[in-house]
This record gives sequence, C-alpha cells and structure tokens, in this order.
Amino acid sequence: MIAMGRVSMMDNAKLLEMYRQMLTIRFFEEKVFELYGQNLVPGTIHLYEGEEAVAVGVCANLRKDDYITSTHRGHGHCIAKGARLDKTMAEILGRKTGYCKGKGGSMHIADFSIGMLGATAVVGAGIPIAAGAGSSIKLRGTDQVVACFFGDGASNQGTFHEAINLAAVWSLPVVFVCENNLYAMGTRQSRVMLIENIADRAKAYGIAGVAVDGNDVLAVFEGAKEAVKRARKGEGPTLMECKTYRHRGHSRFDPAAYRPKQEVDAWLKKDPIAIFQTRLVDIGVLSEASIEELVHECRKAVDDATKFALESPFPEPEEALEDVYSPEESASVQ
Amino acid sequence: MKKITIRDALREALREEMQRDKTVFLLGEDIGRYWGGAFGVTKGLAEEFGDERVRDTPISESAIIGVGVGAAITGMRPVAEIMFGDLTALAMDQICNQAAKIRYMFGGQASVPLVIRTPFGAGVNIASHHSQSLEAWFMHTPGLYVAAPSTPYDAKGLLKAAVRGSSPVLFVEHKLLYPVDGMIPEENFVVPFGVADVKREGSDVSIVATLYMVHKALATAEQLGKEGISVEVVDPRTLAPLDRQAILKSVRKTGRLVVVSEDCKTAGVSSEIAAIVAEEALDYLDAPIKRVAEPDTPVPFSPTLEKFVVPDEKTIARAVKEIV
Repeated sequence: MIAMGRVSMMDNAKLLEMYRQMLTIRFFEEKVFELYGQNLVPGTIHLYEGEEAVAVGVCANLRKDDYITSTHRGHGHCIAKGARLDKTMAEILGRKTGYCKGKGGSMHIADFSIGMLGATAVVGAGIPIAAGAGSSIKLRGTDQVVACFFGDGASNQGTFHEAINLAAVWSLPVVFVCENNLYAMGTRQSRVMLIENIADRAKAYGIAGVAVDGNDVLAVFEGAKEAVKRARKGEGPTLMECKTYRHRGHSRFDPAAYRPKQEVDAWLKKDPIAIFQTRLVDIGVLSEASIEELVHECRKAVDDATKFALESPFPEPEEALEDVYSPEESASVQ
Repeated sequence: MKKITIRDALREALREEMQRDKTVFLLGEDIGRYWGGAFGVTKGLAEEFGDERVRDTPISESAIIGVGVGAAITGMRPVAEIMFGDLTALAMDQICNQAAKIRYMFGGQASVPLVIRTPFGAGVNIASHHSQSLEAWFMHTPGLYVAAPSTPYDAKGLLKAAVRGSSPVLFVEHKLLYPVDGMIPEENFVVPFGVADVKREGSDVSIVATLYMVHKALATAEQLGKEGISVEVVDPRTLAPLDRQAILKSVRKTGRLVVVSEDCKTAGVSSEIAAIVAEEALDYLDAPIKRVAEPDTPVPFSPTLEKFVVPDEKTIARAVKEIV
C-alpha cells in the first residue's frame, strides 16, 4: 500500500472539486436508493456509495478527451468523468431524455461526448474494450489515456488475462483500475483467490502494479497520477488496485448478510468522504460553513436532476425498434 | 475484367480499403508477416502497411474482438480475423453482447464499424473444432450483419462495403472457396448488403443456396437442365440483412423452393428462409418447401463420415426431384 496525501502539492480548487464530486455521487446514490424504494426505478440498481474515492481520484487525473470504461456499478464513474446528472438520472428512471433514450438503464450509461465509453454489465467485458480504445489511441498517435474500471470479481475472468496481457505486450496507454470491494456479489475474495493483492497479478504480465487505499481519495489520486503519466508517455499500462468497500449490498435491497458486522462497522468508520473532509478541514481548505454550502449545492444539483428525470416522458413503445442499426443502413435495406 | 481467386479478391479488398482509409487496420492470430493468415488472405499486407496496421495478436479471441470493439467506438475501422469459425465461440460475449448491442443499448450514441472475418465450413477433414457452419448463431443476433459471399466478385465487393459500413459484420468465408476463381472488374466497386443475386435463372424450381453450396447448387442445376428441369439459383449474399423480396420474387415465379445451406438443419439458415416463404408466399407454392442441410451432428473427421453429412449435388438433386 502506498499511503500518501501530499495535499500541499495540489491547489485548493482541485481539492474542493474532488470533494464536491464525491458528495455529489453520494447524494446521487442516496436519491437513487430512495427512488427505488418508491418504485420509480425499473429493474435493479448497484450503488457506488462507499467507493466514491476511487472514481473521483482516478478521473481527477483525466482530461475530457481521455476515455473510461465502466461497469454495472457505474453511476460514480459517469459523474466523476463529468456526465450530466439530469441525463444520468433520467436514464436510470427509463426516460426518453436519458443518455441512452431509456434503452440502457442503470447498468448501461454512456456519454461518448466526454469519453465515457459505456458501462457493460457483463463482468470483465469492458477490459478488452478498454484495451481496444488504447490501441486506437496508439494508432491515431494521440496522447489520450484510458481508465478501465472493473471489480475484484472481474479479475477472475478470462478477459482480464487476455486483455491485460495484450495491453502489456502492445504497451497500450491504459490504466486498469480494479475496485476491490472484497465481495463479488456475495462471494468473499478469499474464497475465490489465494492472493490478497490483486495488483500482484501485474507481475505476471510484466507491468507495473500498485495497490492503494481506495477510501483515501488522495492515495487514489497519487497512484493514478503515476499510472496516467506512464500511459501518456507511452510507457504502457498499469494495474492499479483500489481497496474499498460498498456501503450497501450488491444490488437492490440486498441486506449483505454475508458480511460480518464488525467488518462493515470498521469500513463505515473509514468513509471516504468523512476522511477527506476531515483532512480538508485540517488544512484549512474547508470550514463548517463552506461544508454546509457545498452540501446544499450538491443536494440541490441532485434534486434538480431528479426533478428533470421525473418530469421527463417515457419513450414511445415503438422506439424499441430504433437504433439496432444506423438509420442510413436501416433505410437502405428495407 | 480480370480473373482472380476469392483469396486474392479478399486481399485486394483489404488492401484497397487500407490505402483509402488510414483508420482501417487488421488484427488476428498469425495474420502478419510471418504467416499471412492461416489461409493466406493477409499475405504481404504487413510488409506493405507495417506491423502496427496488420497486427499479430496473442491467442486470445475474446481480446481480439474486444480490442476491435474498443477501437471501433473510438474512431477506427478494425478488421479482425478469427482463424476458424468454430473459435468465434471463444469471443461470443464480445461479438453478441458487446459489438452487436453497443449502438442499441447506448441509444444510438456509438457506431461499431468492426468487421470479423472468419472461415466456416467442412470439406478438408479437420474435424469438429475447425469445420462447422455457424451462420445461424449470428443471424439470430440483432445489431450484427452477416455476409456470406460465394464468388470473388461478391467477396471483394461485400468486404469493401463491410469495412465502410457503420455496423459490426460477421464476414463468413468458406474455406473451400478460397482457391475458387472468377471474374471481377479492374475498377473500384462495392456490393451492397441486403441485395441477393440470381446466379442462374430458371422457371421450374428455386434453389436458395449460400456460400459453397451456391456452387453445388449451380452444378446440380446444370445437370438437371440436361434432364429438362429449369432451376433458378438465388444467392442471398448477405444473411443479415436478408433480401426477402428477391427470395419471394423467385418463389412466386417458380412455385417451388429448395433451400440449401451447409449448417445444421435445426433452427438454421434454411429454417429462416423456409419460414419467410411459408409466411409470405404460401399461396404461390405448388409443392412443399424442401431443405437440404447438414444433419444435427458436429462435423466428423473421417472422409467417409464428413462426406456423408455435407450436402452435395446428389442430395440437392434428390430434393428437387421430390417436388418437381
């Protein structure tokens, strides 16, 4: 583990922006859970509460033209990459105004205009796609990078091996970010792998591997900074493991009874937002008053997005037939 | 016009598209300078365009297609080769859940201009893992197009159209067709998707055949012609989109239909074509629809066994005579 937090090296505006993003994700997810309880969210949900430091710490190192790939637990990735709250919420509620016009839902949000290449709900499937975006960058000769988010469970998929090996041997500009929240659905990591640090697998591919405290946004930021720098300079991929914990169960109302109470309590004490907030107060970047102001601001942003989503229409049923192929192609083969 | 094999026609298509468009690149196992592809389609292209654009990959089918998907949604036009069609099974998630669904599930935000070339078909005694015809799997996948050319002209024209399109294409090559030759124009041309080609006109019975079976159907038609039976042979050329109108038009003219396809009979290419005709043109039929396809077995090894399961001129002629 690298434990850092060289706060003084960063400017206050950046720190505040990261704090604001973490709060926004937290409030957004709380709202999604509330709406789910009111039967306003069709299907299922996988919330990011507790893991905010990972998406925010990584994406704080990315430019708008950099790419990310995401997972079924992807709301946080979207928001950290700069997605609009209103279109994200509308998509989760199945509305026509959502990012995917209601065809994707919570597990398939994408915003190609900000390099968010979409969330795949097949565990591990985004890893080769991220490598593909990396190979595209290399062929086009730009200095973009890709951050590929996936979980501990995905690291046991064949795609993890295939894609990271290929990215290593082609020296692709990809940061593979493993969000290790200890559980693949209900299966604890120790039951399905003998190693403690998934980052150790980097050795097998001959690339850099680093494990960081995924609840410390500055540790994530510093780890990702190195990895992104390496990628941007054409020095190849990194496997970065962020150790974190989800505050709620896997999905919907999963009570997560498979997790010991002591363990849950210990992790809740390491709430990434509380940790960061304390540090920012300590160094004088935040005050009680400014916290209150930011909390109000972020809640309002989430409320406004929710209002937009709830007032948005559902798609017309026949729209189910659109977007299978491009409109031009569909027209030419009628 | 010039005479060319399907193998060379495919290579010409790739070369011309790579010259025309810098975003086109190739990836696959042993497609580069040391081998040029298991069937030699990409021979010489690495030397001409460099190893970056004609990229040898690890034996990682899922990554080959996944990399194709990721490159396709970020501005490139990858052409991936899966060495044998049976091995698409290793990449089914990337083909069917990712490539085919990305445009749809992201609400039309992204195009996936990815071409996946792969050889299907039996006939060279390489047994169950290198011989099957699996077109129907991909016809059953919305969002994917399926090309199935039978001649050098169609192979070149369709491959060029596939590379220029904006949807993922499973581009089927039949391994017995690589050395088959035919005439193509010297000048640039493309063959549009969704347009069937009547390979032989006739009036007594329509045979709709695909890939290598087009040639078997044509040989059968030639023979039956001598016996006084006039056979029309329709080649759909692309299975998705399928040119339903051309098939229906032929059946309305002849009143009889035999569908010949090398894949297994159950839920196969022939099932879909027969169902379309039954649904849309039953009144025009003067006899039951006949299907000639492989039995529902894997492709066996021994020449006597393999020959038995693959449709040939005899089984096709028998089916025709049953309804004429």
